[in-house]
Amino acid sequence: MSDTSISPATSPEPVVKGRSLWQDARRRFFQNTAAVISLLIMGLIVVIAIIGPHFAAWDNETIDWNVLGDIATMGAPSIETGHYFGTDELGRDLYSRVIQGTQVSLMVGLIGSGIAVVLGTLYGATSGYIGGRTDNIMMRLVDILMAVPYMFVLILLLVVFGRSMWLLFAGVGMISWLEMARIVRGQTLALKSKEYIEAALATGVRHHVIVLRHIIPNLLGVIVIYATLLVPQMILTESFISFLGLGVQEPNTSWGALISEGASTLQYGTYWQLLFPLSFFVVTLFCFFFIGDGLRDALDPKDR
Amino acid sequence: MKTPAILSMTTALTLCATVAMSANHPVTNELLSDEQVFTYRIGDEFASIDPQMSEDVDGGAIVRDIFEGLMNQDAEGNLVPGVATHFDANEDKTVYTFYLRDDAKWSDGTPVTAGDFEYSWKRFVDPATASPYSWFAEEMGLVNVSAIIAGDMEASELGVTALDDHTLEVRLETSMGHFPLMTTSEPTFPSPRWVVEEFGSSWTKPENIVSNGAYVLSEHVPQEKTVRVRNAMYWNNDATIIDRVEALVISDENAALTRYLAGELDRTEVPTGQFNSLSKQHPEEAISFPRSCAYYYFINMTDSAHPALLDQRVREALYLTINREVITNAILQGGEFEAYTFTPEAISNFVPPENPAAEMTQAERIERARALMAEAGYGPDNPIELDLLYNTSETHRKIAIAVSQMWKQALGVEIVLQNMEWKTFLEARSNQEFDIGRAGWCGPYNMASSFLDLMSSTHVYNDAGYANDEVDALLDAAKTTDDPSESFTRIEQVLAQDVPILPIYHYAGVYMMDESLQNWPVGNVEQKWYSRELYFTAE
Amino acid sequence: MLTYILKRLFYAIPTLLILIVFSFVLMHSAPGGPFSSDRPLPPEVLANLEAKYHLTDPLWKQIGRYVYDVVFHFDFGPSFQYKDRTVNEIIAQGFPVTLTYGAISFAVAVIAGCALGMTAALNKNSVWDYLAVGISIGAQVLPNFVMAPILVLIFTLWLGWLPGGGWNGGQWQYLIMPVIALSTSFMASIARIMRSSLLEVMHSNFIRTARAKGIPARTILFRHALKPAMLPVISYLGPTFVVMITGSVVIDLYFTTGGIGQAFVNSALNRDYAVMMGITILIGTLTIFFNLLVDILYAWIDPKIKL
Repeated sequence: MSDTSISPATSPEPVVKGRSLWQDARRRFFQNTAAVISLLIMGLIVVIAIIGPHFAAWDNETIDWNVLGDIATMGAPSIETGHYFGTDELGRDLYSRVIQGTQVSLMVGLIGSGIAVVLGTLYGATSGYIGGRTDNIMMRLVDILMAVPYMFVLILLLVVFGRSMWLLFAGVGMISWLEMARIVRGQTLALKSKEYIEAALATGVRHHVIVLRHIIPNLLGVIVIYATLLVPQMILTESFISFLGLGVQEPNTSWGALISEGASTLQYGTYWQLLFPLSFFVVTLFCFFFIGDGLRDALDPKDR
Repeated sequence: MKTPAILSMTTALTLCATVAMSANHPVTNELLSDEQVFTYRIGDEFASIDPQMSEDVDGGAIVRDIFEGLMNQDAEGNLVPGVATHFDANEDKTVYTFYLRDDAKWSDGTPVTAGDFEYSWKRFVDPATASPYSWFAEEMGLVNVSAIIAGDMEASELGVTALDDHTLEVRLETSMGHFPLMTTSEPTFPSPRWVVEEFGSSWTKPENIVSNGAYVLSEHVPQEKTVRVRNAMYWNNDATIIDRVEALVISDENAALTRYLAGELDRTEVPTGQFNSLSKQHPEEAISFPRSCAYYYFINMTDSAHPALLDQRVREALYLTINREVITNAILQGGEFEAYTFTPEAISNFVPPENPAAEMTQAERIERARALMAEAGYGPDNPIELDLLYNTSETHRKIAIAVSQMWKQALGVEIVLQNMEWKTFLEARSNQEFDIGRAGWCGPYNMASSFLDLMSSTHVYNDAGYANDEVDALLDAAKTTDDPSESFTRIEQVLAQDVPILPIYHYAGVYMMDESLQNWPVGNVEQKWYSRELYFTAE
Repeated sequence: MLTYILKRLFYAIPTLLILIVFSFVLMHSAPGGPFSSDRPLPPEVLANLEAKYHLTDPLWKQIGRYVYDVVFHFDFGPSFQYKDRTVNEIIAQGFPVTLTYGAISFAVAVIAGCALGMTAALNKNSVWDYLAVGISIGAQVLPNFVMAPILVLIFTLWLGWLPGGGWNGGQWQYLIMPVIALSTSFMASIARIMRSSLLEVMHSNFIRTARAKGIPARTILFRHALKPAMLPVISYLGPTFVVMITGSVVIDLYFTTGGIGQAFVNSALNRDYAVMMGITILIGTLTIFFNLLVDILYAWIDPKIKL
């Protein structure tokens, strides 16, 4: 087994002890070409999202009145009009909108799945590790939360706290951690019965150390993969939340909103309204996949 | 249980009719199609097809097909006989007497009597029925109606009496010239007492329902489709040409259009902004005609609003800056009409007042608006920020964005767009949690008062807190005058001065409609259409 | 095991009760009510309606009556929005529809997803792996609200092979597009979880030992590796199955299937409390049941798991 399992339980500094694991992981991650390239592309998208507005001829809310009324021909992508990606249904510059949407959607995707990872992992690992009645109660709570009419929670959030980006993240995070908790708990149940955990218990390692040091590292593979699955889900969920009035409001936008607008007008020949936001979305997902895969390989304690 | 027999009879008749149909139209002599099946899209499942419970437009169309009231409307919205052949009124128009035809029958063969109407109208206002539309009975002004709805009086005290099987007397609390128009509204249609009493709230299920219209309900799969087939017992069944009508629920209008183009539908709505290109590709199928509906923004004039909005000059500047031509021609593109008055010009006997704003060019309007803002003390140095509240929908979103940009570019007014799902929106609106809010209104009958009543300081729809004594007085007076059109013109004039609302456009009905479908009543601004009037010509 | 199952079934009762109370309170605190409308109802009309639906009673009394009717009469009450119909009727009509296309989509997603995931894992970093990964990401980036209009454009408008929507009692022509649109993204997720999980198992010591012993690859896969690799997939499938058979609002909206997904969202938007509660209880019951099933499967997969 790995070096971590022999570390004395008295150590108060898991970071120091864990360094070799993380260093090791980093080394292996950077050996993975696909992951590194994806990381670079991801970085590029982030850079575009930040400096992209400086190259725009139009901002994301100004209507080009000359184009409005005949989007299907006048609103097509063109260097001359300054609409590099064309315009949306209202003659607003799609380039600026996609870039601004990138900022929102990346944040939503990352923060949403971040909440899911932290909350879901801790909750699921705790529930599975302690087991028995605690597990039963914790999981029944998850059952209840899975079935609660979520729309009302969102509407109430809006009414009670008003509109803000933080609420959007809270809303997105709230849905996502439940399944994560179930998956993590299932894996924990299986891990708990492994010999090395029993050995650690027998040598008097404390419970929270076992969870943090032995259970969770062994779960990272599943967690990372599921988190990369959550990212697109979160990005799309955002558009539904905004539909209810919580979250991103016009003139601001997001990939989810742009994609769904583009899809609904696809039959009218304005293909660019779907093409550009969807391309950004697709490229990002591919990157997340390879990064996730690279992380999984790098973090797999068995792969030493 | 007579229904199965009736159904099979109807089917048999339909079959005969279909075989024999290769015929010509009795009036126009056009060659008719062999297949007379009309399939159209509705956006949402209707709430009910119980006449007294019906409250939405799509349900209303079905109720008009399967039931028939005292009077009907023709293609121009004029009154024509229904179950009643004619009516008369006393001198001060407080007592109306309707004379019912003697050949009208329910689909189970029972004759339709004046007693059926008396029963249904009392059922309509009975608190036990709890019809959400029962406020309409109060608009009708029947004797004792308010007390009955409030539960202070028995429903039997309502001012309606069957004098005999074919004579119905209606007593009103105040004189009302347009009362007969109201009998074309679905809640006044008869319900069969014996069926209602036998089956309770499930009496409208296809296997239970008995109706007196040109069609009977043969199939209802909620959220999917409703099918009606011709009623062999209908008194004028011989004149009906369409054999079968199917309403398909398709929520997404783009999906509906695709299915129309694939030939699955004979009629669907044109999605916002697609009319021009569709009418280029399908000139015979894309149609547009005026509707009696107004789209407008209303301004919060209560304390909770931005103080600038209490200044008439700011409101007028906002009113002037909306470029209605861009909205109708470039965004909606469906033949909608630029609105400078609340009441649509399509409303009969309505003469819009002279309005200088309507005559100016947009550049002149903006110039004037800027001057007004400067006078009021607002401008680039002292900008205002306003909330614009609208409910989630593609069209509302587009218009809100465009208008906010117009205001921003011309006046420097910053607009915070707030979309909300419907019920939250309603709540925010009634709590006056907005500066400017979106609204749409379709007049329930073809008179200017069906719009202007909303401007009364006491109207339930008046969430904006507008109150003007002159308007209130004019509205009261209009109720009893023979020709109130001058009062209506004057009210619009007052509205143009006070600017409590910002009219934006008047609706058009914008449809894709199969070119062989004939006789759609485009001239009926309320869009009260009847399937029995339609027909398909042979290609 | 039997005592465990019985115990869990017993736990379902308080779980559902808490769900009912919680949802009830949540619904009633949301702004707007079933009868708020564009044209506000006059107070006396509103009073009649509220009296008819017992909305004037205190909340605890409403909950009590509701639970009583559900438990003793299996009566979920009348719909607030659809005046001619009861919640029982609405669910009885919509649930079979959703169950049909949901279960078929689930089967498609599981079979295709597992096959893709296994292909990818067993041929890691080969062309097959990239192909399988490519397919699964491709399937995931086309969300069903993009997929649905594209499918209809292709199969209905251009090719004219399939009807653009409707249900018609679930004939096969009406099933194809909803199943494709619903199953693809789940298939992709299953493939990805399967791939990573199988990779992990294949790297573990006992498989390495088995390989070293010269046991044929096929035997290793089916005899030893697959079962533990299924564990996270099964954790994922439990809630996913419930999501799929209780409907997708996008599918119902776009293909007019008339399932329960649309009914659920509409009831929330219309504040149709009764329909909302009925479907919530349905979803709750299914969630409890399938999570129990997942837990039982855990014990079957890995007998060492103590529940």
